[in-house]
Amino acid sequence: MPTIVITPPRRFSLPKVADLWEAREVLYRFGARDVTLRYRQTALGIVWVVLQPLLTALVFVLVFGKVAHLSFGGAPPMVFIFTGLLAWNLFSGIIPRAQGSLISNRDLVSKVFFPRMLVPLAVVYSCLIDFLVSTVFLVVLLVVYGVNPGYAVLVSPVWTLMVILLASGIGMVTAALTVRYRDVNYFVPFILQFLLYASPIAYSIDNVPAKYRFIYELNPLTWLLQEFQWSFVRQPFPHWWEIGASIIVPVVVFVGGAIIFEQMERGFADVI
Amino acid sequence: MVLQQLPSRVDPASTDASISVSNVSKTYRILRQEDRDSYASEALLKRLKGKKKHFEEFEALHDVSFDVGWGEVVGIIGRNGAGKSTLLKIINRITAPTTGRIELGGRVGSLLEVGTGFHPELTGRENVYLNGTLLGMRRKEIDQRFDAIVDFAGTERFLDTQVKRYSTGMYIRLAFAVAAHLDSEILVVDEVLAVGDSEFQAKCLRKMREVARDGRTVIVVSHQLQTVSDLCTSAIYLSAGHLVLHGTVEDVLEEYKRSFLRDAPVRQEATHRPGTGEIRFTHVDVASDITKPGDEVEVEFTVGASPGFGSPYHVSCFVNNEDGMVIAQCDSRVVDFYLDPATENEGRLLIRTPWLKPGAYTADLFLHAGGRATDIWEQACHFQVLPVTPYPHPTTPDGTDHGVVFPDFDYSQS
Repeated sequence: MPTIVITPPRRFSLPKVADLWEAREVLYRFGARDVTLRYRQTALGIVWVVLQPLLTALVFVLVFGKVAHLSFGGAPPMVFIFTGLLAWNLFSGIIPRAQGSLISNRDLVSKVFFPRMLVPLAVVYSCLIDFLVSTVFLVVLLVVYGVNPGYAVLVSPVWTLMVILLASGIGMVTAALTVRYRDVNYFVPFILQFLLYASPIAYSIDNVPAKYRFIYELNPLTWLLQEFQWSFVRQPFPHWWEIGASIIVPVVVFVGGAIIFEQMERGFADVI
Repeated sequence: MVLQQLPSRVDPASTDASISVSNVSKTYRILRQEDRDSYASEALLKRLKGKKKHFEEFEALHDVSFDVGWGEVVGIIGRNGAGKSTLLKIINRITAPTTGRIELGGRVGSLLEVGTGFHPELTGRENVYLNGTLLGMRRKEIDQRFDAIVDFAGTERFLDTQVKRYSTGMYIRLAFAVAAHLDSEILVVDEVLAVGDSEFQAKCLRKMREVARDGRTVIVVSHQLQTVSDLCTSAIYLSAGHLVLHGTVEDVLEEYKRSFLRDAPVRQEATHRPGTGEIRFTHVDVASDITKPGDEVEVEFTVGASPGFGSPYHVSCFVNNEDGMVIAQCDSRVVDFYLDPATENEGRLLIRTPWLKPGAYTADLFLHAGGRATDIWEQACHFQVLPVTPYPHPTTPDGTDHGVVFPDFDYSQS
């Protein structure tokens, strides 16, 4: 029979991978719950998931293409922007949902034992479903506009995984901070909105003046978006350093986020 | 306070403890109001300025040790704030102990809060899976027990209905059924028996005895001493974070009841009382400490001034009977009574009904302001109700023995 030993927490504790693995079904159930609720509560359900990025892409085509005359690396603007939004929506879907997850599951966190990290991580599930639905639609767009992405498309799951790691790493930290501080709620949407325009989503990176490129390329989303655009709409292959960084940084952010979450976690039941 | 500990392993047949708690303490650090930052920006500013935070420490559990053998049903009793919930939370790993060590001989299943994790928008079936998983069941285990769970709850027909359409009773029955079918070696139960109809309660009691007969361990926290004496094989009495007694149910209940009258003067001193302390009672007393059933009970109180404190406060009073059961709550908010802390206030609480049964009673008084309890004075006063009947036609004791209070009632033929 397994013996469970409970002792006071140490000064520094690492996330317990064995416990997380043991509770993996909780992750799945939480995810399934979110998906069921999302598709049950809105009458439009799945239609909305496609409609939302499609309408956003249309507006961006008009504003950035027709009004601001920005270029899209020779790709059809609609497909280019939809690809960017696909990655962006995955990123910007995970962070705010993860951030609010502990508060909206307050009862569970203060009354049942399970690795709390699973709460912010579980939002990935429903965001990924949205992402896959949109991806199917992207394929339709590619066919309609006659864009053949070639073999590069096969690497796209890697970029997707990196976006997820980056977003959920940040999501875990913001979730833990939100339990303690209310104003995190205001910062996060602002920063996300800033990033939406500071990343090459609605325009290609060529539009950025060379002297600002250095700062612009510090943004991990810039690397990941270029990789998505390379995979789907035949944009130039990013620098090798960007490829390397776009793999290392999300992994570091994810592990770092998990460690920070673990340190802050022990006080949750006493605060919430 | 008598600190005596009986040989902790009550069941001599058990060879190994299922729960072994050694020297567990839990200290909460409570930040003073002005140091409590709800804003990250504020916290950051203070850190930059190098401001130090001031903590007040509150010891919810102090050096608690006990062992529980397999197959035991242990009742934990004690007044509000004695540390019962904290102890359960620690055993459940919801919060961590500050010092000490606990060894558990298996998985812990919890009925801490029945229905936690139930989502109103999900159907009964979906909730059974979600809740079961949260409580630590594997998908296969839930599949196997699904029929038994639904049968126990008696909600077959509504399995694919969203639980927001359930009645409270159905909701609780289903939630309890999931938890009751949990195959954990240790089961922790907190006040669940306060819910459901009597038939369902009997079912729950049977289920818990069954669990114990299987050689598993059950820990029950209850305010209803009846439940503890019906169900438990041993009991633990906690008071102010200390383990006072761990022994047979009879001994512990006796000690608990005795403590009710004995402890009263200890808390007179304001500094010994819990609560944040900005506003405190200076004096509490009953108008007459011997009354008859049907008499009005009058509690007089004086509250000290606290001019710096901005918001008005309200008063609450619990009336407890000898068993420690709260039989009435008189919260001044429900009659729109608030006091201004700028000056000293004298007040009076008049309780017209219910008619109290003969016995000894105590009253706990509370002051609340700004969402926090500033003073918690348990057993601030006590009084006796004489053994006379308030009814016009006395009868044999079996005519008035049942029930917690005497109702004011009439029969008529229509």
